[in-house]
Formats: sequence, structure tokens, C-alpha cells
Amino acid sequence: MLKKTTLLTLLFSFVLTLANASAPAVSEEHSEKEKSGSYNPVPMIMHHIADAHEIHFWGEGENAFSIPLPVILWTNNGLVTFMASEFHHDDAGHHVVERKGMKFTRSHGKIYYANEYADSHGSFISHDVDGHSENAKPLDFSITKSVVGIFVTMLILLLIFGSVARSYKTNGGIPRKLTGWMEPLVIFVRDDIAKANIGEAKYKKFVPFLLSIFFFILVLNVLGLTPLGFNVTGNIAVTLVLAVISLIVTLISANKNYWGHIFNPPVPVLLKPLMIPIEIVGIFTKPFALMIRLFANITAGHIVILSLISLIFIAQAGSGTGMAWGVSPAAFALTLFIFVLEVLVAFLQAYIFTLLTALFVGMSVEEHH
Amino acid sequence: MELVTPSIGLIFWTTLAFVTLLLLLRKFAWKPILTAVNAREENITNALSAAEEAKKEMANLTASNERLLNEAREERDALMKEAREMKAEIVAKAKEEAQGEGEKMIASAKATIEMERKAAIADLKNQVATLSIDIAEKVVKGTLTGDDKQKALVNELVEEVNLN
Repeated sequence: MLKKTTLLTLLFSFVLTLANASAPAVSEEHSEKEKSGSYNPVPMIMHHIADAHEIHFWGEGENAFSIPLPVILWTNNGLVTFMASEFHHDDAGHHVVERKGMKFTRSHGKIYYANEYADSHGSFISHDVDGHSENAKPLDFSITKSVVGIFVTMLILLLIFGSVARSYKTNGGIPRKLTGWMEPLVIFVRDDIAKANIGEAKYKKFVPFLLSIFFFILVLNVLGLTPLGFNVTGNIAVTLVLAVISLIVTLISANKNYWGHIFNPPVPVLLKPLMIPIEIVGIFTKPFALMIRLFANITAGHIVILSLISLIFIAQAGSGTGMAWGVSPAAFALTLFIFVLEVLVAFLQAYIFTLLTALFVGMSVEEHH
Repeated sequence: MELVTPSIGLIFWTTLAFVTLLLLLRKFAWKPILTAVNAREENITNALSAAEEAKKEMANLTASNERLLNEAREERDALMKEAREMKAEIVAKAKEEAQGEGEKMIASAKATIEMERKAAIADLKNQVATLSIDIAEKVVKGTLTGDDKQKALVNELVEEVNLN
């Protein structure tokens, strides 16, 4: 019962946050919409999906309420740090921050070396014919929204499993409360993921890694469903790192048998020139699929939920506030449905990523038979 | 394109964070948790097999108890039977012995009686002889003194004899 209430509260606050975040956008771009009679939800959705230098709660432009995060840049003149609030919520290259004799400006969440002078639109960035920025970029090592999400996840995991680990000492090995909730998941990963795919003889070495990757992805996925607006596992950089780590673990633990299958596949000699390149590509397609799968699933979930919420604003822009109220229940019901689905997806994707990693590791340590 | 372009900063932080997290969790969480869970599972397996063992042992014990009981019962029966036989034998023997003893005693008593009787007869004979001599002596003496007196003497003597 308590869990249901929590979930509903979570959903409501999520929907409300999104509504808050989107509402001013409607009023701000009112003049444009007046002409076209439509609302374009893409910028709002992309803004949410993308990483950012602050955690944005509501409001637009100067009125935005957000928590600024530290910007850390590796520039031509070395390390430069300042708080993201120095951009004054500007995200169109209109505001310049000067450090160490260099000028920086921000456009669409990316930090560029600013031009000496603004152009006719007030932008310190020059664009090519397609509208892409031509300015150079310093290496951006900022503590972005996603990095904060990762740190929060680290903290949550260390707190949860630190206390679970301690509880075994005080409780005489009997799982209670939090441990009672976590232990089945740990045993599930150990038995149904590690042992089942790697094999009785060799699975033990990989259990800590698989547990870490499972809970890391799981907590990040769930964090993405909270109203805090994180989209960490829906970021290609994060899934890239996870997939590469999975690849490295697979390759490091690979035995003779595995390499033999790749460089000397058991096929007729004539087929070998064909098979060997395919096998080599196969090494990389597996983690590549891991990367894309997690990224696409989580991003798609966020996009669908945001799109359904946007229906209300599309209706408002198209047919007025009355229509927006009319559409709201349907949009809400659909969001609720997708949200519940996303909770399932959060678990499912963490499971699939870990399962496939275990499967690949299992293939690499499999003995010849 | 923006969406699928990984940013260097996030790659850096994710790698750092995940590797750190992996090392920390492995040392402070997974190792103690898995050790505790394994220990408990082992405990349970051991306890179950021990219980099974105990059950078997219990069955064995019961069986052997039953056997012992039966043996004891048989032994008791045998003992009882033996005891009964022995009793009967003892009683019979005792009876026999008692009878023999009794007979012997009776015989010896008879012998004694016979001896006593013979002794008594001999004694009586002696006494009669003595008495006869005494009487004869007195008769002889009475004759010598008077007739009446002789008669009275004889009567007296006769009476004396009767008394004896």
C-alpha cells in the first residue's frame, strides 16, 4: 500500500514538474505560436534529454529556478573553473564569461570560445549555413546534471549496500528490513545472471562486477523517473562507458578457446578469410548493441512521457485553454500508463544489460568441449 | 546527432565514478554480503543434512532399541523359565532331602528308643532282682519272728511293690 502511494506521489510530482517546466515556455514563445497556432515540444524535450550545466526546476531565462553546477574546462591556457550561474541562464551564446584572458559562452548546453564581438543577433558564436556553431570548444569536464546523477547514485548505492553489509554482522546473518529487500536482488544477480551464464566453475570472480553494473544502471534508471529531471542512462556517453567496461572485462577474462574461435574459427579453410573479419567485428558489435539498447530504451521512454505531457500544451496552443483541460485527463492517463511501463523498463534494461554482459563473459571463459 | 555524440567530460566522470564505485562496493559491500549469504547457505545445507543424518540415526536407534527390548524380553523369559525350573528342582530336592533326613531321624529316634527300652528293661530286671532279693531277705527275716508279722510284712512289701 505504502509503495503504491509513493509511486503515485512520484508520478504526480513528476507530471507537475514537467508541467511547470513547460508552461512558461508556452507563454514565452506565445508570439511565435500565435502565428502558427501550434506548439513545438521538441526543444523542451531535447532540453530535458540533454545534459546540462545546472539542474533546472522551473522558469525560463532570467526567471528560471535552477541549481548551478561547477563548470570545469580544460582550455588552451590550462584549467578554468567557474559556476554555471555566471552564464545567467543564457544558452544562446549571448552571455560571455571571461577567465584567464579567454572568453567563454554557452549555446545549447555546449561551451564555446566566444568571438570578440557579438553578431547582429547578439550572439558571440558564428554559425555556418546549416546553423552549426563554427567556434572551437574547450574540453568540458564540468560536473553536469548527469555527473551529479552519477554521484547521487554512487552515494545511494554505498549507503544502501554499506548498511546491508553491516546488518549481517549485527543481525547474526538474518536478513531484515532493507537487507530483506536487497538480498533477493543480489542473489538473483548471483544465481540467475552470473551462475546461469558464466557457469558454476568461474562465475564467482565476476559477481561483484555484475552486481555493481546491475545496481548502477538500475538506480540511474529509477533516478531518471523521479521529478529531478535526470536522464543519465539515456545519455550515450554513460552507456558507452558501461559498454566499454563490459567489453574490457570480457576481453581480459577471455581464454585461448575464445581467441581460437575468433582467429581460427572451426570452418573450412576457404571460409576463414570471410569468417575472421566477421568474428573480429562481432567482438565490437556486442557491446555496441549494449550501448545503443540502454541509451535508446531510456531516452525513448523519456521522450514518450514528455510528448504525452506536451499534448496538453499543443492543445492549448491550437484550440485554447478549454481544449487543454479537455485533453489533460487523457494525456495524464496515457502518461500514467507509460510511466508504469517505464518502471518496468528501468528494471528490465538493468537486467538485460547485466544478463548480456554475463553472457559475453560466459562465452569468453567457456572451455573447449 | 547531438543526442548520439558522447561528451568527453561525462565519459571521464562516468568511468571514474563507476570504477571507484566498483572498487568500493566490492570491498565494503559485495564481499561481506556474499560471504554472509554463502556462509548462511552453507549453514542451511549443513543443518539440513545434519537433520537428515539425525533422523536416520534416530530410526537406527529406535530399531536397535526395539531389538534390545526384544532381546531383553527373551532373556527375561528364559531366565524366568530357568528360575522356575530351578525352583521346582530345589523344592523337589529339598523335599527329598527333608524326607531322607526325617527318615534318618526317625530311625535314629527308634534306635534310641529301643536302646532306652532295652536299658530300662535291663534296669528293671536288675531292680526286680534286687527287690526279689530284698523281699526274700525280708521274708526270711519275717519267718523268723512270727506268723502274723510275716503276713503283715508280706502285705507291706507287696504294697511297696505295687507302688513301684
